[in-house]
Amino acid sequence: MTVSLFIPCYVDQFYPNAAIATLELLEKLGVKVVYPSRQTCCGQPMANSGFEHLTMESNNQFIENFREFDYIVAPSGSCVLHMKDHLHSGKYPNESESVRQKVYELTEFLTDVLKVNSLKARFPHKVGLHQSCHGQRGLKLASMSELVAPAFSKPEQLLSMVEGLELIELTRKDECCGFGGTFCVAEEAVSVKMGKDRVMDHLQHDAEVITGSDMSCLMHMEGILRRKKSNVRVMHIAEILNAQEL
Amino acid sequence: MTGDTKAIKDHAALADAFNADEPRVNWHDETLWFIRQKRDKAAHTIPDWEQLRETASRIKHNVLSNLHDYLLQFESNAKANGIIVHWAADAAEHNQIVHAILQKHKVDRIVKSKSMLTEECHLNDYLAENGIEVIDTDLGERIVQLAKEPPSHIVLPCIHKKKEEIGDLFHEHLGTPAGMADPQVLTEAARQHLRETFLTRRAALTGVNFAIAETGEFVICTNEGNADMGAHLADVHIACMGIEKLIPKREHLGVFLRLLARSATGQPITTYSSHFKKPREGHELHLVLVDNGRSTQLGRENFRNSLKCIRCGACMNTCPVYRRSGGHSYHTAVAGPIGSILAPNLDMKKNADLPFASTLCGSCSNVCPVKIDIHDQLYKWRQVIVKEGYADKKKRLGMKAMTQAFASPTTFQLAGKAGRWFMRNVPFVVNNNLNPWYKQREMPAPPKESFGEWYQKNRKKTDE
Repeated sequence: MTVSLFIPCYVDQFYPNAAIATLELLEKLGVKVVYPSRQTCCGQPMANSGFEHLTMESNNQFIENFREFDYIVAPSGSCVLHMKDHLHSGKYPNESESVRQKVYELTEFLTDVLKVNSLKARFPHKVGLHQSCHGQRGLKLASMSELVAPAFSKPEQLLSMVEGLELIELTRKDECCGFGGTFCVAEEAVSVKMGKDRVMDHLQHDAEVITGSDMSCLMHMEGILRRKKSNVRVMHIAEILNAQEL
Repeated sequence: MTGDTKAIKDHAALADAFNADEPRVNWHDETLWFIRQKRDKAAHTIPDWEQLRETASRIKHNVLSNLHDYLLQFESNAKANGIIVHWAADAAEHNQIVHAILQKHKVDRIVKSKSMLTEECHLNDYLAENGIEVIDTDLGERIVQLAKEPPSHIVLPCIHKKKEEIGDLFHEHLGTPAGMADPQVLTEAARQHLRETFLTRRAALTGVNFAIAETGEFVICTNEGNADMGAHLADVHIACMGIEKLIPKREHLGVFLRLLARSATGQPITTYSSHFKKPREGHELHLVLVDNGRSTQLGRENFRNSLKCIRCGACMNTCPVYRRSGGHSYHTAVAGPIGSILAPNLDMKKNADLPFASTLCGSCSNVCPVKIDIHDQLYKWRQVIVKEGYADKKKRLGMKAMTQAFASPTTFQLAGKAGRWFMRNVPFVVNNNLNPWYKQREMPAPPKESFGEWYQKNRKKTDE
């Protein structure tokens, strides 16, 4: 099995540790991992702003980069959802279909494909899990508070395998953080207010670390935490699942 | 199109103003979140909740696919019951029809129970211009009417007002003691004032929640009984409905009445679900069927199922953006997520901002009792709005530049070294006060190397 890593552009640029942890974690689990180096951006920022018609080139690039692999795994529910919902190509109609089907968000790849049931990881901290909407409601990584349906959570299932980790409860367990792509600047006031409220929920429940499967939400919350001069850190879930803290 | 050129404040600007008072935003958010929680509790009492939603969605799908036939069936049955049926192509015609009925009866003051359709048509303003006084009888609507404001929510019209503010309004208009903010006292004052009004008005206007094709009757749901009070005490009852309010059979009420109040407020059912079938002896019952853009929306394949909406307001209560921007920031009769997919159909230019007033979190679609794919439609409206040329020029240029930079992996990698390219080109990471990201958030600290660079050094050799 060869897995190709799809690393979102902003993770590549700002959060390389999340990507390194993803790579190391997959390698630890015995997977051969390749990072196709010609990747840039999945086109989501343009598409969510109403410019999906400009993403044809990035779609073709994506297919060229990834079509040869068995699986495509990304540490981001949002980018994966975008690919699953909107990857189309006039140039490669059949391949776009097959690529859409083999893109996975990291946690679902671990629970559903690798069927991981134990991890050699230790992270003795109080951790708050931020459920990013596109992963949760879009990719159905976890049950949603709006629906009358059995409870489950792929990220929580994995975090429960980490030694020493204490997962805190939140008052609003799946409210949006307000990042929303270009929403974060176009609707600055509401975006920040949503972020402050989300962060406050974690702080009130004594989180030391806020984690999640989307670095974009965490980047937004980190921006707010750092402006508040808070010591609470954000970490991608891959960094925790890959952690070996004493 | 009115053709006016003055700049109208968009959702972002109005929401920014709303956020100037943070404790008030907290209060607004918590009030609506409380209702969302009541909704959750009510939904969880029904194990088949999701199946009920699916059933409602499919019934409405059938209605929309056969709307023409159901409308004719409804009209003929309603007429046979003695209801006088009118058809209005748009808001203007609706308003003229209502006015003509009132003129015929020489009525210059009426009572009106809740109707978002009449808000959409701006009926109150039209009638006022024509010398007809309208008193809204739903308590929340009466409050915003006294405040000279539009409703901020389709089910909870004055949810943006604190009880102290309502006390001040009542002190001014209804003579309650200054500083009195006890909800029970205020409600009693409104009740006395409205009772006098009900007894002296000869015409009553109401909305319609469900119209039944099979029987030609219609159902109005209220908690206050104000629709009944108005309709039963007046000589003329005028009911106004959008053409999408039809359901095929009376038995389908068993699906919709179970969903409506639970989704709206968490109640099992509204206090009153009143059936109107025929006029009483010597009285007149009019029904106005209004299109006002609905057939256009029905023709938009991607947006037609927005017409399934039963106006419960659940999408507003759950929407984290609505809760923190207030209904008036949406500058349209129907606010929130559902309003943002309905309004561009009515006026794409004026409402071009609304589909962007969302993070696309998807909570709205999950609470919707008729399973409208609201957040997907928001995404699709964005594409339409940009293609029709309603995106602002700065954004258009920015997006093109970003696309070009991403189009070349070489440019991206060279330019991207340790985040320098990102610093200049990605909108949220410019470290100065002109940047909306930086106003209340720190920017991410660029690391010394990108993942791509790290990979070249640490793994690439072993790959090859």
